[in-house]
Amino acid sequence: MAQVGTVPLRAVSGRPPRKGGRNAAQRRFVYATLVPLALLFLVFWIYPVLNGLWGSFTDWRAFSPDRQFVGLRNYARLVNDSIFITALVNTLQFAAMYLPLQIACGLGLALAIEASGKLKSFFRTVYFLPVVTSVIATSLIFKWLYQPTLGLFNQLLELAGLPTLGFLQSPSQALASIVFYTLWKSLGVTMVLFMAGLNGIDRSFYEAAKVDGGSRWPIFWQITVPLLRPTTILVLVTGIINTLQVFEPIFIMSSVGENSPPGGPANSTTVVAIYQWATAFEELDLGYGMAMGIALFAIILVVTLAQSRLLKQSWEY
Amino acid sequence: MTSRSTQAVAGHAVGPASALAGGRTPLAAAEEPALARRRRPAPTRYLLWLLLGLGSVAMIGPFYWMAITSLKPRQELLAFPPTWWPEAFTLDHWRSLNDLTTGSFPVFFRNSLFVTTSITLLTLLTSAAAGYVFAKMDFPGRDRLFWVVLSMMMIPFTVSIIPSYALMSRLGWINTYWALIVPVAVNPFGIFLMRQFISSIPSDLLDAARIDGASEFGIFCRIVIPLSQAALAALAILTFIAQWDNFLWPLVVLNEPDLYTLPLGLAQFRGRVGTDVGATAAGSLVSVIPVLVVYAFAQRKFIEGIALSGLKG
Repeated sequence: MAQVGTVPLRAVSGRPPRKGGRNAAQRRFVYATLVPLALLFLVFWIYPVLNGLWGSFTDWRAFSPDRQFVGLRNYARLVNDSIFITALVNTLQFAAMYLPLQIACGLGLALAIEASGKLKSFFRTVYFLPVVTSVIATSLIFKWLYQPTLGLFNQLLELAGLPTLGFLQSPSQALASIVFYTLWKSLGVTMVLFMAGLNGIDRSFYEAAKVDGGSRWPIFWQITVPLLRPTTILVLVTGIINTLQVFEPIFIMSSVGENSPPGGPANSTTVVAIYQWATAFEELDLGYGMAMGIALFAIILVVTLAQSRLLKQSWEY
Repeated sequence: MTSRSTQAVAGHAVGPASALAGGRTPLAAAEEPALARRRRPAPTRYLLWLLLGLGSVAMIGPFYWMAITSLKPRQELLAFPPTWWPEAFTLDHWRSLNDLTTGSFPVFFRNSLFVTTSITLLTLLTSAAAGYVFAKMDFPGRDRLFWVVLSMMMIPFTVSIIPSYALMSRLGWINTYWALIVPVAVNPFGIFLMRQFISSIPSDLLDAARIDGASEFGIFCRIVIPLSQAALAALAILTFIAQWDNFLWPLVVLNEPDLYTLPLGLAQFRGRVGTDVGATAAGSLVSVIPVLVVYAFAQRKFIEGIALSGLKG
């Protein structure tokens, strides 16, 4: 920027303009960048998606070269597959348990940390810490903590004289235990998003409310919560998209025995992504697995659609 | 419908990205509670600290528990009540990582480092170049093409995992790192992030350099890249963390223990947590400690980077 004054001089004394001029040079740069990237996108992103869509209408098995078009048969199978229905219900249950907790804890934590004065950045660093660490490693850590006899959680319960719990071994508690882990793991992200949202609220709203004699609790519900709506919707929608695809923590924590498949006990933690993985890569039932992927995508699309509606409303403030 | 929702995402991410350009983020902006501090009675503040402190124990506790578990001898791991600090230290669990039934941790670590670093460097390069092109170059169909890139962010992995595997198998890339690296060398989110950021670089600056006789490549290397450092750092951290932890795709395309990355090597402990927890703990720490060390030095960058991507983490 400091050189702006010298520019015309240099332009006069500098090299002669190249043939084709500046625009041609820019065009060369555009092509040199976009052609290889477009090829990569076409081959590794767009082609698999289209292939997946087509494959969901075929009876493709075991990566064999020929596959027959079967129309909607795979989708009809989905509706009648009791394990898929269980997986779908488990996935929705997971989301239904996780999302309210995530919003409530994330917002509560953001408010608490914003109010914590000089320890604010310390607490933010600590609560964000699990976010950066490996899902696989922390899932293994929690699997140990949840261990019925030697795990820390039950040992603490025992020391406190309380009845111990089955956690991952119990069909009724396994999914909730994994929800609790997920909350621990990603609370930091929600907290940071809400902190950014809180800082985005114009102070003058609060000052006006205080002049009007508003007290703290009504101010929270009537100013903070409505003005945080865009953040809340963002947290909610990305939360839904992520929880509908949950895979890793369940893969690690749900296998009870040495060689038992993930999803146990008694399919109580089988979610769609786990069932799809088993269908495609264990059973090699590829067409059917692709139909599951598309079905999940359809659900996610509906959610995203709802998001854009909600966001549009929130702009009308 | 999809375009509207991507705009919504765009609208969100623009804020932090442009704030990054200003050097100060919304996170850093609030030293304001000074006002609130004077008004708030002290006992409430201490109570808040106490509660947040207890929560902090819950956040850090599992890592501490893992660390001491990896150092306790076998009998002590079975003790009730548990010991809060190892009575006898042993490095046996750590030594056992060198020679597992499948693979060894030094190899997993090296593999992970290689794959993750390659992907991160490639992502930075392609995202910066494409971001620059979409932000500052004029060519027909630019906006439509950018929309196509954005729409790819919306498609979940469940749709493409099976056909992607089939493609890898046709290319002969099963059990090679090509399968891990090449497909993610282009990253829609990275392109989006860099485009938003590079848009804020004044075009006059680039034109001045052009008049100065700089080549397009020279402008990209000597002006655009240095001025985008903040965004590149955020993208590097995001990509590194995501890939260091990537599990499902490597699980599908790699089945030779010599090629395993850390998450795959670790996952073999999932059925052995109850019987061989010492090694499980030590292995988990191998994958967690390097990230924690970097996090300790650059935590603000980490938080900014992950907050930028919404709930990606």
